[in-house]
Amino acid sequence: MNPGMVTAAYIVAAILFILSLAGLSNQETARRGNLFGIAGMAIAVLATIFGADVTSYTWLIIMMAIGGSIGAFLASRVQMTEMPELVAILHSFVGLAAVLVGFASYLDPDSHLEGAAGTIHNVEIYLGILIGALTFTGSVVAFGKLNGKIGSQPLMLPHRHLLNLGIGVVCIILLFIFLGTGKGAGVAILVLMTLLAFAFGIHMVMAIGGADMPVVISMLNSYSGWAAAATGFMLSNDLLIVVGALVGSSGAILSYIMCRAMNRKFLSVIMGGFGNAPTSTATDGDEEQGEVVSISAEEVAQLCKDANSVVVVPGYGMAVAHAQHPVSELTTQLKKAGVDVKFAIHPVAGRMPGHMNVLLAEANVPYDLVLEMDEINDELGEVDVVIVIGANDIVNPSALENPNSPIAGMPVLEVWNAKQVIVSKRGMATGYAGVENPLFFRENTRMLFGDAKDSVNAILTSL
Amino acid sequence: MDIGVPKESHEGERRVALTPETAKHIQKLGHTLRVESGAGLEANIADQAYLDAGVDVVNDTKSLYQQSDLILKVRAPGTHPTLGSEVDLLKQGSALASFIWPAQNESLMQKMAERDLTVLALDSVPRISRAQKLDALSSMANIAGYRAVVEAANHFGRFFTGQVTAAGKVPPAKVMVIGAGVAGLAAIGAAKGMGAIVRAFDTRPEVKEQVESMGAEFLELDFEEEDDAAGEGGYAKVMSKAFIDAEMALFREQAKDVDIIITTALIPGKPAPELITTDMVESMKPGSVIVDLAAEQGGNCKLTKANEVIKHGDVTLIGYTDLPSRLAAQSSQLYGTNLRHLLTDLTPEKDGVINVNMDDEVIRGATVIKNGEITWPPPAPKLSATPKPVAATPDAAAMQAAAEEAKPSGVKTLIGAAVGVLALLAIGRVAPADFMSHFTVFVLACFIGYQVIWNVTPSLHTPLMSVTNAISGIIVVGALLQVSSGSGFVAFLAAIAILIASINIAGGFLVTQRMLKMFRK
Repeated sequence: MNPGMVTAAYIVAAILFILSLAGLSNQETARRGNLFGIAGMAIAVLATIFGADVTSYTWLIIMMAIGGSIGAFLASRVQMTEMPELVAILHSFVGLAAVLVGFASYLDPDSHLEGAAGTIHNVEIYLGILIGALTFTGSVVAFGKLNGKIGSQPLMLPHRHLLNLGIGVVCIILLFIFLGTGKGAGVAILVLMTLLAFAFGIHMVMAIGGADMPVVISMLNSYSGWAAAATGFMLSNDLLIVVGALVGSSGAILSYIMCRAMNRKFLSVIMGGFGNAPTSTATDGDEEQGEVVSISAEEVAQLCKDANSVVVVPGYGMAVAHAQHPVSELTTQLKKAGVDVKFAIHPVAGRMPGHMNVLLAEANVPYDLVLEMDEINDELGEVDVVIVIGANDIVNPSALENPNSPIAGMPVLEVWNAKQVIVSKRGMATGYAGVENPLFFRENTRMLFGDAKDSVNAILTSL
Repeated sequence: MDIGVPKESHEGERRVALTPETAKHIQKLGHTLRVESGAGLEANIADQAYLDAGVDVVNDTKSLYQQSDLILKVRAPGTHPTLGSEVDLLKQGSALASFIWPAQNESLMQKMAERDLTVLALDSVPRISRAQKLDALSSMANIAGYRAVVEAANHFGRFFTGQVTAAGKVPPAKVMVIGAGVAGLAAIGAAKGMGAIVRAFDTRPEVKEQVESMGAEFLELDFEEEDDAAGEGGYAKVMSKAFIDAEMALFREQAKDVDIIITTALIPGKPAPELITTDMVESMKPGSVIVDLAAEQGGNCKLTKANEVIKHGDVTLIGYTDLPSRLAAQSSQLYGTNLRHLLTDLTPEKDGVINVNMDDEVIRGATVIKNGEITWPPPAPKLSATPKPVAATPDAAAMQAAAEEAKPSGVKTLIGAAVGVLALLAIGRVAPADFMSHFTVFVLACFIGYQVIWNVTPSLHTPLMSVTNAISGIIVVGALLQVSSGSGFVAFLAAIAILIASINIAGGFLVTQRMLKMFRK
């Protein structure tokens, strides 16, 4: 293939990628969207391989075969509850690849760029490696946190903002030194900067608490895109730039949506520290906390049977307990009994955007029963029974009622307006925000203590 | 602690303060229980049932009182038919939990204080959410409301429910309930359950929803009262003259129409308001029934005689004051449970030691005498059972403020745009043409991404993320271009990059496909 044909193929691939993302905007076209993405990727890879620049195929084919099979294996084995972990670890691969490509590009003896072009090329390499490196370690830490290998509590180093700022300043200084040196010392500086970026990535994600994980995941998604875009600049490859920009902006928008759903500023999420911050208002002295009333699974079953409408609000607890299948079964049973069952999903329920939807889909819950917060919040007042399964902060009335609460102003599912609220929970622990939840003490709230899966199964048995 | 439960001595009192079920719970708190022989007979609880629950049954009333550090009763101490004053029976310095009505029983309070008692009055439990489970007034009112309907049905000569039978059509009975407190709501529920048409009235407009939720029609006045009718603690208070006139007009009109009137209007510490006048009673249809739940406090109808059923013309007036006692098994069960919850609060350590913690708002309210010292009335409760009406205003203000904050000012946007344009120009000045063309592509792609992603439904965020993740594996193209490099080390780095990027591509696309397959309508 001559360069013109390669470029033409790239244009087709880029269009396919755009169509792919557009296709994912709704359920009917989503699968086709994914196929467009696969086609785009195939075209891009084949065009590159058969382009003039690629001459040796042995390693290339071996590596792609090995990598492809590992990926396929992971994809077929992963539990849907582990999706956030998988996505996080895959982000780290993109980051690492960007670092490697950056180094390779710098060391490539074939490139001979001089003057402004050379400087810009070096800046591009520097930035590509920087973003790639922090995406890499950040994603690995996020993976660890989601996996439970690293505690989900935010790590608070003293002077952490200063520390971050310091690393940033040093990286900029190193950039100027890097631009002024030749290749030998340049590599050393690049390695030093990479290590700094690794440390920065670790520190950044370590400082972010478990509840902010949806933001972190989409933020890392965005970074991996920018890393690809930087690589594109480095290699003067428009396809990489286009795709990187697409991914980068999509991740950025998702982060923005997640932040808005938590009423948090993007910067304050990145700066970390939620719940452990010195907002001691969580224990609001003059608020009557009252007492919780527990309920048995049989009574819940009876309540559901007698209700006209039931809304289920799932949270991370459902994912942890793998309760999505019993929940789906419960839905089927109740629908058979003529009860109107719906699901209400808060945008940040779970550990990544849309996590709950995927779990419910896995358990065969039809997606038209699954509603977003904005769609259902106004109707909750007319609902007979709301069952909250393993969710806490997203149904906390103090977000709206207590201006001193750390989560004040965060949009929440107003489940307390329903006639009866049942909260399935393991114990009285607070959610990730570390805030007491007055919902549990409401007069129309009943607590169903126990593991979410066992509880739902017990309700099913009593039905 | 040794707890004793005597047989109620008041004539006609059938309730008992302990059931075998509550006994088990109280024993778990570390207490020892004794009950007087025959105490539960009227509530269908035989001595044997207590024995089975591990409660000692004592024959001698006097020794029961003498052995107990705490006496659980239903009625306030009165006069025992054979042993004289019950206050004198109580051991010096012991404790008592029962209904007391301290406002009405001043001399009793004095007498109990003189005996150094600690007295917990179940009728003085504050009306806050946390204390609901030991609110004996509500449990008893609930029973009274139900029983009132049963009594009315007993004296009413017709069906409650409307029927069309072969022998002709029966119209449904019409019931008016005045006062939609616990008793009123229970009466509404019972009457509705029997098939009657139920209307209800209350001076507090906020109970309208509760009334309607029970399936009754809420009668409203053509009248605006200045402030809220809910007094302290969620009870009704005395209304203005104009309001009462409007109210009476409504009742006068309703009296002609309805078959049964159940009145439950009480104002704490005051005689019951007269709501049904003699002329209203006389205007009612023959065979109508009035049940006056306020008979003990003088009655909502002047004609009512406490504890009696009388006929005024063709209208039956029921003035029983012992309605809960007439449903003794049910009342004992609920009252016993209220007492058990009180004991749970009093025994926080579950070690059989009673701790009258005056810092606890609920215990503080219930304790009317502590170690011989009268502690009644308690300070006003902090939290009322009804929501505060002011809550809405600051919210609205805050929302508006938030909305204004969210809107970036025009100036800011303008400055931002200017800075952006200048930055672009600065880049354009130094960068070579080649870079600028890439940069154009980059910026445009960002905008496309923005436009496209904004429309994605939130339920697809996870698949979106995994597909963008797969797509960002496009970095493999960069590595592919380098793998044929002359330098072995560069080729090596590129090969590794190809490997991990391939994991990404295959993993990302396949898992997305797997996920999307699961979504179904």
